Amino acid sequence: MIDTEAFSCQELVELVTDYLEGALSPGDLRRFEEHIALCDACTEYLRQLRVTIRAVGAITPDDLSPEAEAELLEVFASWRATV
Amino acid sequence: VERSDAQLVEALRSGDEETFRMLVREWHAPLLRVAQIFVPSRAIAEEVVQETWLRVLGALDRFEGRSSLKTWVFRILANTAKTRAQREGRVIPFSSLQDPARVPEAAVDADRFLPDDHAQHPGAWSSPPPELPEERLLASETRSRIAAAIDELPANQRAVIMLRDVQGWDSDEVCNALDITEVNQRVLLHRARAKVRNALEDYLSVENQ
Repeated sequence: MIDTEAFSCQELVELVTDYLEGALSPGDLRRFEEHIALCDACTEYLRQLRVTIRAVGAITPDDLSPEAEAELLEVFASWRATV
Repeated sequence: VERSDAQLVEALRSGDEETFRMLVREWHAPLLRVAQIFVPSRAIAEEVVQETWLRVLGALDRFEGRSSLKTWVFRILANTAKTRAQREGRVIPFSSLQDPARVPEAAVDADRFLPDDHAQHPGAWSSPPPELPEERLLASETRSRIAAAIDELPANQRAVIMLRDVQGWDSDEVCNALDITEVNQRVLLHRARAKVRNALEDYLSVENQ
């Protein structure tokens, strides 16, 4: 049986973010989950994306250097002096 | 204790340095990232952030609370950065934020899939993702590779992945700060995350050989 509605793997990888963001239509969500249920490679891809998101969350944002903070506090002090 | 925007603005207007310091610390990294969408260097982005704070302080009386304080500050930042970019003679690619879908980019290279005219399985994986152990993906030595992959992204994708996945903002906050639609935000996030995953696959599979 050919299910003309089914997503290919290539289509599915482009929908992963919409899936994770809860932005798929009910029909697309059903097709997405049906594909994932039967496809080990796409299940692995989705798992890797989820772990990647966690790993990205573990990096540290640019810290504010003490010099930059001091400069900004000077901006504040000079503004305060004018009001 | 979370303070309301009105309380924060009132504290700033009364000259409370601690409130200013707190906001500067909380928003510095995202302000820099967003400025870097528009201006060519980190050094200029730092200047744009400084100028933004000066404008914010000067305009406090005009903050009406129609948007959140955060959104308001990031709008002022974007305007400041655009003006500065023009002064630097830099053409801002309008499409880069408003219409990221104009140049389609695949999350995974097309040659990793069977061709569309394949008899049995068009578009199925021909070269499926190798297993990447979770502990390797999350290992601390992998972090520098992730940071490098993010640095290589176009500035708009970099800003979105930093705000969403590093700073932990929700999609509404990012859309408001960057003044982009939900759809564009998702496209940028999708490309950014896919590229970071690809970089990790390359990094971890080369290492396993």
